Amino acid sequence: MAVPRTTPRPPAEQASARPGGRGRPGEPRRVAYLYILPAVTVFALFVLYPLIRSGVFSLYDWDGLGTAEWAGLANYQAVFTEPALRGAFVHALVLIVFYAIIPVTLGLMLAATMSRARMAGLGFFRVVLFLPQVIPMVVVAVAWRQIYEPQGPLNSALRAVGLDALARPWLGDYTAALPSVGLVGTWIGTGLCLILFLAGMAKIPRELYEAARLDGAGRLREFTAITLPSVRGELSVALTLTVIAALKTFDLVYVMTSGGPGRQTTVPSYEVYNNAFLIGRVGTATALAIVLTVVVFLVTVVINRVGEKAQR
Amino acid sequence: MKHYLSGRRRWSAAAAAAILFLAACAPGGGSDDDDGSDGEQQASDVQTDPAEMGEITLTVWDQEVRGGQAAQIEQLNAAFEKEYPNITIDRVSRSTDDLRTTLRLALSGDDAPDVVQANNGRPEMGQYVASDLLVPLDPYAEAYGWTDRFPASIRALASYSDDGSVYGEGQLYGLPQMGEIVGLFYSKSKLDELGMQPPETTEELEAILAAARDAGETPIQFGNSEPWAGIHEFGFVQNQFVDAETIRDLGFGRPGSSWTSDDNVTAAETIVSWVEAGYFTEGFNGIDYDTAWQNFAQGDGVFFPGGTWLVADLTETMGDDVGFVLTPAGASGENLVTGGISIPWAIPANGQNHDAAAAYINFITSADAMATVAETGNLPVVDSADQPAEGLQAEVFEAWAEAGERDLLVPYLDYATETFYDTITAAIQDLLSGQADPQQFLETLEAEYTAATG
Repeated sequence: MAVPRTTPRPPAEQASARPGGRGRPGEPRRVAYLYILPAVTVFALFVLYPLIRSGVFSLYDWDGLGTAEWAGLANYQAVFTEPALRGAFVHALVLIVFYAIIPVTLGLMLAATMSRARMAGLGFFRVVLFLPQVIPMVVVAVAWRQIYEPQGPLNSALRAVGLDALARPWLGDYTAALPSVGLVGTWIGTGLCLILFLAGMAKIPRELYEAARLDGAGRLREFTAITLPSVRGELSVALTLTVIAALKTFDLVYVMTSGGPGRQTTVPSYEVYNNAFLIGRVGTATALAIVLTVVVFLVTVVINRVGEKAQR
Repeated sequence: MKHYLSGRRRWSAAAAAAILFLAACAPGGGSDDDDGSDGEQQASDVQTDPAEMGEITLTVWDQEVRGGQAAQIEQLNAAFEKEYPNITIDRVSRSTDDLRTTLRLALSGDDAPDVVQANNGRPEMGQYVASDLLVPLDPYAEAYGWTDRFPASIRALASYSDDGSVYGEGQLYGLPQMGEIVGLFYSKSKLDELGMQPPETTEELEAILAAARDAGETPIQFGNSEPWAGIHEFGFVQNQFVDAETIRDLGFGRPGSSWTSDDNVTAAETIVSWVEAGYFTEGFNGIDYDTAWQNFAQGDGVFFPGGTWLVADLTETMGDDVGFVLTPAGASGENLVTGGISIPWAIPANGQNHDAAAAYINFITSADAMATVAETGNLPVVDSADQPAEGLQAEVFEAWAEAGERDLLVPYLDYATETFYDTITAAIQDLLSGQADPQQFLETLEAEYTAATG
């Protein structure tokens, strides 16, 4: 017999049912904790505990070996005042341009072209552009390091066409090193953005474009009025992923430049590694890591908020 | 709803308790109780016959991965296992950088390796000693007679006071297999073409550099994208202008000298003038160390200031064409040479088999082992005069012996403080690229030196 959901139970039954975990459907029940227990355990053990522990470390002056001394917020102060550590965040901001803004722009343009055009070999180009995503980062870094070498292919190509003045030791040059690393990020990120936007644009009904055409819209107007608003969701996903990648980039810098020349290409993650494992400043390293986590968290929240608002 | 709220309150109470508990235990506090329990060991307590130690698996972490170094340790490990079948060696080899980063965690864990190679500078061995993570080797040195075999100047390079604050004195914490000096490799054929002799003074060196550049050769092959190479390069120039005592004070982090002295200024200005004159490989900041010496081996470059760890590799490619001399003498008047010992072998306090570990270290540094070290193209730290050698190796042995007799060894500059490596590598890149002038460069170093020495 089917009991309507709204049927009130006799008070006595309700009271006796409670300890057993049975309440009204939709009411919080204690047994629910059991269901989330596995996930919470894993989360607590591998995310929460290390995070809290890092937070504790960051309040101490510790070399990773001996006894630690209470340092209060001095490590956090160092993150914002030491030129070397502050510089790392500035470099991360520059990398956002190369990792996020350029790939998203390029990806949008490419996707808009590829989704409208009827051309042969579309699948091939899609694969080629996405390929960098599949290759392990370290392999990418080693390959690009060779391309950038003073006698490497890039300089040879420049010299071959008479642009000798442009040839330089790309990764050893004070002004060129950071953009050189950033361009590799662009090369990797573009494919991801392209695939995301292509998927988004595939959902747009063709009729919208026809209607726009009838109303006298040009290509550009079509793009701003139909394509762009339709992929807002994808846009915020792409931005979130690429901005996070920019902020926490490590492997490219570690393999390609070790933060050099001087400190021109240090990034927060590299400084975390450097401070914790190479020069024995675990307190500073964890403080830096916590700050980085907070920054990534805030950026993600802001991008998603903006994305959601725009969608409404 | 009431029930739900109280549940949530209980959760947050539990979380708060957990945080309090975590906050209460400061990092690194727990292990201190265990360390003192070993007590002071006497030479008489030491068991020196590995055959009587029972079945043991000895875990050894080393960084002997380059050609000649890998060959010698493989041969010696095989010989050790053959001689003492009851001991099995579990070898874990990593590159120098990888060993450096993993050792810190491994030593402080309960399941530490039995034998490790720990860099003898302050940032590594000094910190390990300060945290009681290495076994003092004095009882073993007495039992095995290391004190007689290894001269005081060599032992000092791996000696620390008990609290790790004084470097160069106190107990012995490691024993090296090889010596190493950063001298000047040169191409014999290229010097002949230029009609020059191997340089003995800075003047002669600069004359050759100018002649080489005018002849279209690369005067000095150099790659500094892995920035530690710059420490050797700057040391090579500094040694020509600054006296031994000053460099030793600066290198060991002892008070009493200054980075901003006039002769240091001259050294910094000289290396900058060499960059401006085009004496180094073009784009050296973008070239890594291995590429640089390989380029030199393949005939690009008249000189390569480099360490004796390259002898086997360079001989293999260049044969008789490569020669080796000590640093030319400049204003300092002496052929001072940066160097010391290869990364010494040490015994972690948290390892399980201290006696067997010491027996192993004794075996790989014995007179027989030194012969193997030499045969495989390396520079034995002691007994090098007894080894037959020819070509480049003979020149290196001679230079090493001369450096020992005339007291010419000066330490690596990054030994000075825990973070000096980080400071000086970036500072040298800045200096050589013109981002910092000599005065700024030296002030950067002086600031850290005075902060550490008081």
